[in-house]
Amino acid sequence: MDCQSHICVNNLNVFFGKEHILKNISLKIPDKKITAIIGPSGCGKTTLLKSFNRLIDSYDGVKVTGEILVDDENILHPNIEVTHIRKKMGLLLQNPYPLPMSIYDNVAYGPRIHGIKNKKKLDEIVEHYLKQTNLWIEVKDRLNAPASRLSVGQQQRLCLARGLAVEPEIILGDEPTSALDPISSKVIEEKFQELSDNYTIIIVTHILRQAKRLANYVIFLYLGELIEQGTAEEIFENPKEEMTKAYIQGKIS
Amino acid sequence: MKFRFLKDKFFKHLMFMCIVFSISIVFLMLFGLFIRSLPILQQKSFSDIFLSGTWHPLRGEFGFAPFIVGTLWVTVVAMVIAIPLCLLTAIYLSEYAHRRVTVFLKPFIDLLAGIPSVVYGIWGVLAVIPLIRDYIAPLFGVRSTGYGILAGGIVLGIMVFPIIIQICVEVFQSVPKELREASLALGATKWQTIKHSVLRKALPGILAAIVLGFSRAFGETMAVLMVVGNVPKIPKSIFDCAYPLPALIANNYGEMLSVPLYDSALMLASLILLLLVLIFNILARLILIRVERSTQ
Ligand SMILES: Nc1ncnc2c1ncn2[C@@H]1O[C@H](COP(=O)(O)OP(=O)(O)OP(=O)(O)O)[C@@H](O)[C@H]1O
Ligand SMILES: [Mg+2]
Repeated sequence: MDCQSHICVNNLNVFFGKEHILKNISLKIPDKKITAIIGPSGCGKTTLLKSFNRLIDSYDGVKVTGEILVDDENILHPNIEVTHIRKKMGLLLQNPYPLPMSIYDNVAYGPRIHGIKNKKKLDEIVEHYLKQTNLWIEVKDRLNAPASRLSVGQQQRLCLARGLAVEPEIILGDEPTSALDPISSKVIEEKFQELSDNYTIIIVTHILRQAKRLANYVIFLYLGELIEQGTAEEIFENPKEEMTKAYIQGKIS
Repeated sequence: MKFRFLKDKFFKHLMFMCIVFSISIVFLMLFGLFIRSLPILQQKSFSDIFLSGTWHPLRGEFGFAPFIVGTLWVTVVAMVIAIPLCLLTAIYLSEYAHRRVTVFLKPFIDLLAGIPSVVYGIWGVLAVIPLIRDYIAPLFGVRSTGYGILAGGIVLGIMVFPIIIQICVEVFQSVPKELREASLALGATKWQTIKHSVLRKALPGILAAIVLGFSRAFGETMAVLMVVGNVPKIPKSIFDCAYPLPALIANNYGEMLSVPLYDSALMLASLILLLLVLIFNILARLILIRVERSTQ
């Protein structure tokens, strides 16, 4: 397990002002597997995820210490170029947020930002990623329509396509299905399973059944502390900590 | 129980009456001005009034073209100066500046909004006019007294700064954080995020801010009147003097009313000014609807 970890966190602490949100977290995220982060509301799951791509920087009064190694590069180092870190990770938010532009421009946004101007190349990219997220057939006749007119499930798939179009290595999902109906959720889940052959996937979820269905590896946070991490079987069948057991049986939430 | 619904009904109707009242004032004004300007409209042809460039009330010549053109010029120059500066200021205040800086700077902008327009006019005469006369005009190889469209535009542009900046900052702050995060997460820089996403989302609000600012600018009298030169001739360049409609009305109303048709001509000037502002607002509204349809 050690040799194939993609992200490696050592003694990570996050403070919002005086509040200590993440407390001395050390963990490893395996390469090309699905890792689920579980834990009750407010325990710091989103904060951990946003530390990975340093979106946390944009909040006022945040202090982060420790190290996060991605491909052996400490991304918390002050000299690191943030855009290149973020390009490595696609992020799916809880509520899909299409950019205020057309479907086509949403997918082309990332590639354009990173310097692709050739129209034909962009067309190919857009088509490829819309196909990969099963959206192509539904939208191919209205690529220039505003993305906000899509259904929420379609929007989430569009956001996935948009994230994939910058060719990340890691996909971060912050409760990516919580705003979706069961069928759209299933589509996204299946997509994640497919993508896990080529991408390292980290999802935050409240739904234990979803974590069971998808995850190879599970991380349990409670009030900003890492309680337990391990393979899905270990955590769900045979948790070492009392706290994990209680959470999995629904006794704490 | 019933009383609750009664109250609901009462306030609904009361509010409706208030709206009807304020809208009807606009129509009453339009109607009143139209009645009072009827004499000149009946005696002179359309081209004599709107296309002719000669303003000579004593000889009975009332060509409005210089005033209309002057008003438009001054407003356009003010827009060209104010829009980019206001946008950049608002972007800086809402996106880049530390929160403490914004809190510190905002009262100064609010203060700017409260300065009486006469003071802006005096500042224009003392600072802007020498600047144009001694530096800007020579730069373009033009001899100028300093008074003219450019001076009027600069003063007016600065006068509308506060209102446009205030609204734009508010609009930018109302753009959800998720939008910025979505763009940043794709590896966009802050500036790329602002340029391609935030500005796009904020566009309808920015347009509304500009419309509000310039509805005020159209009618602004005092400050412009003091620096614009007030020569009733169609201006040919931004260094020429002009005579905007509000200045015409303010300078002459109450005087020379013995001259035939003069009173009626000034009423027509007010009517034209009001119509200009209305047309500008309606056009802006139409653009706004289109923009909203294409992004939202
Ligand atoms: N911008 C912020 N400023 C101050 N405190 C914050 C901020 N964002 C989050 N917090 C605090 O950090 C803690 C962790 O928040 P976080 O959003 O990471 O929780 P979460 O595990 O994602 O919860 P949920 O499951 O409800 O999404 C919470 O106590 C929250 O109040
Ligand atoms: Mg969360």
